[in-house]
Amino acid sequence: MSETIHEHPGTVTHGAAHDDHHHGHHEQSFITKYIFSQDHKTIGKQFLITGIIWAIVGGLFSVLFRLQLGFPGQSFPILETFFGHWAKGGTIQPEFYYALVTMHGTVLVFFVLTAGLSGTFANLLIPLQVGARDMASPFMNMLSYWFFFMASMVMIASLFIHTGPASGGWTVYPPLSALGQASSGSKLGMDLWIVAMALFVVSSLLGGLNYIATILNMRTKGMSMTRLPLTIWSLFFTAVLGVLSFPVLFSGLLLLLFDRNLGTSFYLSDIYVAGEILPNEGGSAILFQHLFWFLGHPEVYIILLPAMGMVSEILSVNSRKPIFGYMAMLGSLFAIAILAFLVWAHHMFVTGLNPFLGSVFVLLTLLIAVPSAIKVFNWLTTLWRGNIRLFPSTLFAIGFVSLFISGGLTGIFLGNSTIDIHLHDTMFVVAHFHIVMGVASMFGMFAGVYH
Amino acid sequence: MQTFFIVAILALGFLITFQIAKASEYVAVLRGEEQSRKQSNKVNAFLLLAFLVLGLIGVYYCNENLKGKILGEAASDHGVLIDRMLYITIAITFIVFVITQVALFWFAYKYQHSDKRKAYYYPHNNKLELIWTVIPAITLTVLVGFGIFYWFKITGDAPKNAMQVEVVGSQFKWEFRYPGKDGILGKKYFKNITGDNPLGQIWDDPANQDDIYIVGEPMHLVVNKPVRLVIGAKDVIHDVGLAHFRMKMDAVPGTPTTMWFTPTKTTAQMKKETNNPDFVYEISCDQMCGQGHWSMRGEIVVETQEEFDVWMVQQKPKYLAVFPDKDPAKPKTDTVAKQATTVAVAGSH
Ligand SMILES: [Cu+2]
Ligand SMILES: [Cu+2]
Repeated sequence: MSETIHEHPGTVTHGAAHDDHHHGHHEQSFITKYIFSQDHKTIGKQFLITGIIWAIVGGLFSVLFRLQLGFPGQSFPILETFFGHWAKGGTIQPEFYYALVTMHGTVLVFFVLTAGLSGTFANLLIPLQVGARDMASPFMNMLSYWFFFMASMVMIASLFIHTGPASGGWTVYPPLSALGQASSGSKLGMDLWIVAMALFVVSSLLGGLNYIATILNMRTKGMSMTRLPLTIWSLFFTAVLGVLSFPVLFSGLLLLLFDRNLGTSFYLSDIYVAGEILPNEGGSAILFQHLFWFLGHPEVYIILLPAMGMVSEILSVNSRKPIFGYMAMLGSLFAIAILAFLVWAHHMFVTGLNPFLGSVFVLLTLLIAVPSAIKVFNWLTTLWRGNIRLFPSTLFAIGFVSLFISGGLTGIFLGNSTIDIHLHDTMFVVAHFHIVMGVASMFGMFAGVYH
Repeated sequence: MQTFFIVAILALGFLITFQIAKASEYVAVLRGEEQSRKQSNKVNAFLLLAFLVLGLIGVYYCNENLKGKILGEAASDHGVLIDRMLYITIAITFIVFVITQVALFWFAYKYQHSDKRKAYYYPHNNKLELIWTVIPAITLTVLVGFGIFYWFKITGDAPKNAMQVEVVGSQFKWEFRYPGKDGILGKKYFKNITGDNPLGQIWDDPANQDDIYIVGEPMHLVVNKPVRLVIGAKDVIHDVGLAHFRMKMDAVPGTPTTMWFTPTKTTAQMKKETNNPDFVYEISCDQMCGQGHWSMRGEIVVETQEEFDVWMVQQKPKYLAVFPDKDPAKPKTDTVAKQATTVAVAGSH
């Protein structure tokens, strides 16, 4: 991958370093080459490696809390050795359990499946597949990684403070997340969580703007938009979704930070907590949920779309056929991206939402099943009468389609508000999004890496 | 011991897979890469098919085995609608699930690489694509139609004769309030909350003076009588989760919510149906609300009108507990009972 750099060894320092035949920097120390690199491939690898480390950490969190789920209340003395009072007597304490669940969600959703997936493949593939020499702004690209790195550091730091990391769920609903009195995880850990996420938003904005600019402006001759590989299209929509929705999360978190530290009442009203009456009046706890899910739902597609794009290409290449219905695939990607912004309140059917509004969100949510179905049928037809090479990448791609079917079908249950009254806040939801955005995207990621 | 065996088996399995992988790598080197790729292609194709068959058997097996673990029939009128919607969706999605999964793995097996065939060039077919846009669209229209129809039934206004109960969540308990004989829940203000006045009722509001406050005991409901729950929270968001009634509604501080339903089975009936003498209707807090979230539960007793009246008679308004000298029936015990009876009767109509 980095062979291109090795072609120019030595200490050439002439002024033509940026002419047509040379790219990259000629004289590179270890630091500029691997650490503060502006080369898109190296940055892609940095994202991948950081993502892998986070995946291992986040996976270990889930192993720990599943010990408690599988063997409730049982004592594992070794845990006390490692975690001290968080696992008193070797039993995972409730606050430890909730912190693990929260951090597992945050880490996997944002740090692994957002940064690790689109950060890796957008950086690696966009310049290669549109025929550009590098990203529109390699410097911004580098910053994007380093903001992600800082976000990671702050998040890791929050794991080691005395009161523990955020523990109100990855959705950090206030007032729980706004009131230090309500939970020890809502003390310093929550502030660090917000800071880390703010840095993360900056990272994803820098990256996203760069991806969009590169795809729009730096295509090589003859690479019209309708000839772009579906992977690039999916990365494009991913970036657009991120750029439009992450700022909303950012503002939501900023208001939360104000509520926590400056005494504002954006989300707080009528609160009596820990024997104390708080002065806040007039805020709305539900407002945060609107802001959060305005990112939160597109986030699902930010995670899923790159995997969809790569799977399309891997299936088509390995069955030695063109993708069936390129335009339909593109159209359904577009439809999914648009609808992604119009369905956020399906996470809020039981918050006292106006029933009429709820019904509109049911309609829009179930509408997503149509483009999703088109995609599945087109993948199937791509396989049909092909000459399929079953490489590991193909197997993962087939696995992706299978998981996407199962996950998508369970979404039809949850998107229907009537059924959601019963299923909301249950393990059914957990299973649904793990299949469709957790495991399926993970499969897409593996497929991409193996390919 | 069992744990040890599981770990040992996992480790062994890992070792075996690793060894097989290594061995097959050596075989590949000996055989030549192209040859072994073709071989592994065949193996993979067969495994995909095997996976499909075993997977479908697994689906059936799990269903058969875990049948007894589901909640059983819904115990409310809305629950019946929700269950019906659930079964309609299961039926439709199950058909789609089987067709698409079988097609996926069957194609992967059937069209595995072969030197004798060439891939069929088939870039698009508008008619076909139109068909599989329209069919899902129609199916979803059906689902959306049913869904919204039931949704409006469930979230529509409660019937006039519904009894009202207030449910208030706080870390980590549920408190209830009945409106008393006037049928009106008195006003409250959170800054009035004290140890003596846990809900912050405004005592000057006459509607408050007969309200009955309950904590640490089950909520009582009347079978076949609609109930409208007025839901609130004091500190963070909680959620009134009533799995047996299939109902659920968030309890949000500062923003009261409501939901209504009609319980259709008494607790005694459920004890018989579930063959569980300890059966209780549970209120589980379904929204992560802090460190004691897991322990936040309440209970509901569903009983006949007569039983309910007997219970109601024994309850005393909170107002009289706070201001004992306002109690008109204080000196004579029999009038307490008399007054409470009228409260109960009024409260239940
Ligand atoms: Cu969503
Ligand atoms: Cu709660």
